[in-house]
Amino acid sequence: MRRKAQGEKRSCLMRIKEPFKLTAVGVIGFWLMAFALLPNLLVVVASLLERGGDEFVALILTLDNYRRLFDPLYLGVLLDSLWLAAATTLLCLLLGYPFAYLLTRMPTRRRPLLLLLVIVPFWTSSLVRTYAMVILLQTNGWLNQLLLDLGWIAEPLELLYTEPAVIAGMLYALLPFMILPLYAVLEKLDRRLIEAARDLGAGRVTIFRRIILPLTLPGIVAGCLLTFLPGLGMFYVADLLGGARAMLVGNLIRDQFLSARDWPFGAAASVLLTVLMGLLLWAYYLSARRANQGALP
Amino acid sequence: MSEWVIELRNVSKAYAAHAVLRNVTLQVRVGEFLTLLGPSGCGKTTILRLLAGFEPANGGEILIGGQDMRTLPPEQRQVNTVFQSYALFPHLTVFENVAFGPRVKGVKGPVLRDRVMDTLRMVKLEDFAGRKPGQLSGGQQQRVAIARAVVNQPRVLLLDEPLSALDYKLRKAMQLELKQLQRRLGITFIFVTHDQEEALSMSDRVAVMNAGRIEQFGTPRQIYEAPENLFVARFVGEINNLSGRVVAAAPPRYDIRLHDRVVNLKSQYIFGVGDRVHVLVRPEDVRIWREHEGSAEERAALFPAVVEAVVYKGSTVDLAIRLDSGDTLSTTQFFNEDDQALMNLDFREGERVFVDWVRDWETILPHEE
Repeated sequence: MRRKAQGEKRSCLMRIKEPFKLTAVGVIGFWLMAFALLPNLLVVVASLLERGGDEFVALILTLDNYRRLFDPLYLGVLLDSLWLAAATTLLCLLLGYPFAYLLTRMPTRRRPLLLLLVIVPFWTSSLVRTYAMVILLQTNGWLNQLLLDLGWIAEPLELLYTEPAVIAGMLYALLPFMILPLYAVLEKLDRRLIEAARDLGAGRVTIFRRIILPLTLPGIVAGCLLTFLPGLGMFYVADLLGGARAMLVGNLIRDQFLSARDWPFGAAASVLLTVLMGLLLWAYYLSARRANQGALP
Repeated sequence: MSEWVIELRNVSKAYAAHAVLRNVTLQVRVGEFLTLLGPSGCGKTTILRLLAGFEPANGGEILIGGQDMRTLPPEQRQVNTVFQSYALFPHLTVFENVAFGPRVKGVKGPVLRDRVMDTLRMVKLEDFAGRKPGQLSGGQQQRVAIARAVVNQPRVLLLDEPLSALDYKLRKAMQLELKQLQRRLGITFIFVTHDQEEALSMSDRVAVMNAGRIEQFGTPRQIYEAPENLFVARFVGEINNLSGRVVAAAPPRYDIRLHDRVVNLKSQYIFGVGDRVHVLVRPEDVRIWREHEGSAEERAALFPAVVEAVVYKGSTVDLAIRLDSGDTLSTTQFFNEDDQALMNLDFREGERVFVDWVRDWETILPHEE
């Protein structure tokens, strides 16, 4: 298998010699260097410097910014963010898995349309959609109005600026990112394996636990990453729906850069977030590699 | 308990308006190796799916061990399937694949281990217990699929074209192994294939199917030597078809005119004078005389013909021959050490020959359009 990979690599290199491919790869390489690698390096460097007076940073090396991150105040922010992102991810999974499964059970003809409906929200900026959530959830908003009209409540509920409101907003924004990878693995799932398991005497629960779940694990992990990682950084949802009460890592970073003007500390928080995401991606890579081991060609 | 482990009574199945099985009736004996043989789309796999319980029948009854299967889901049936694509669980090791069935039924610990390892030993895979299916060759995957099914000690094992993905040599070897395995285990095998050679060499009985019907059900010998209709005759092995007309009837013998010759042949069918019939002759039953062989009187009873093509096949020489009447015959000539005349099978294309066949080895069927 390794030899095959090497062979492919070699043939790729050979093909790159063609001018068009060389240009394309060059442009992409330049793009990544200039707009991803370099800015990130700047952030890492900034995180190791001290806050300056007139300038944003002073050229003095220090680890102080990282030490401050472990201040209980900021640690609390970090834990809050992790909790909110995790809760959102779990809800996305619980809603998205059955949703994606049902999608795969739909007639093949109808599936593209249904998938399109999943993707349609992407056509609107998520900021705009979050504002729409505000209109729904505010004290004299549609949801309260509906509940009042139905006579289920006597006075409007305080929905906006609560933790559930933030979770609902993130859930709304992130659910498609969970559904799509889950749909991809569930659609690929070989129905004959389920028949084989039934043939061997397995009931629904056993089939789900021992066949479907392990085989769709890469999709579950991918979906969780795609919701959890953005969930950590979606400061505008917390801002609009959580008000002042919700302070997340994303908000912290933004505030350090824009309000507090403490770039080194903001950079350190940003690096921490990046490292955290990197670790999760690494865990995903490991799990995917394990899942692929011995997979049928 | 009846002697039948499986009974299908007037079973029919349709997908939307398309009928896949039409009134199929079939009985399988305990411990029998039964093959469902037919072209693709003839409904043979559907029978397996109905027996396994993956799909319900639209009509008729399916009994396994005398018990009606109508409401019994697949997980409760005492049958196991070896799938065409094997359908091995890719994320589980060979051991766990085989252990899947027993585990579901609550077998644990050393008992489970012994049972799985015994089964793996039986299919010679005990050294591969820790591998994943993707790390095995096609033949090994095939064995795992068989082990995974037989470890459950089913009453009936259903095999859906299990050898079709293997290359020729491996397929031959697996045919033999499967047959031996079946004898050793004493489990009833229902084997689906479109390969007539496979069907003839492995089965106790063969059901030849076409368009959702069973065309003939019998031993391999009956199927090959006494086909009951043109479909079976043509599908199972190669056969030459000469059309003739009955000119004199004295059952069971008939004078049948084949172009300008009249031959006296035997048939189990009752024909009247003037009936049109098919005279079917297997290529290996055709005998050929070369121009210098035999006397003029002998030749008078033979069919004059011309060799059109010669195909050397190692152990045989196959000839395509055109009778003077216009019909083409294919023949298979074996190299035969005892027969000096046939030692030389160096036929030339365009050579003039005289043909005949081993009398009473032909099959006569009523005319079919």
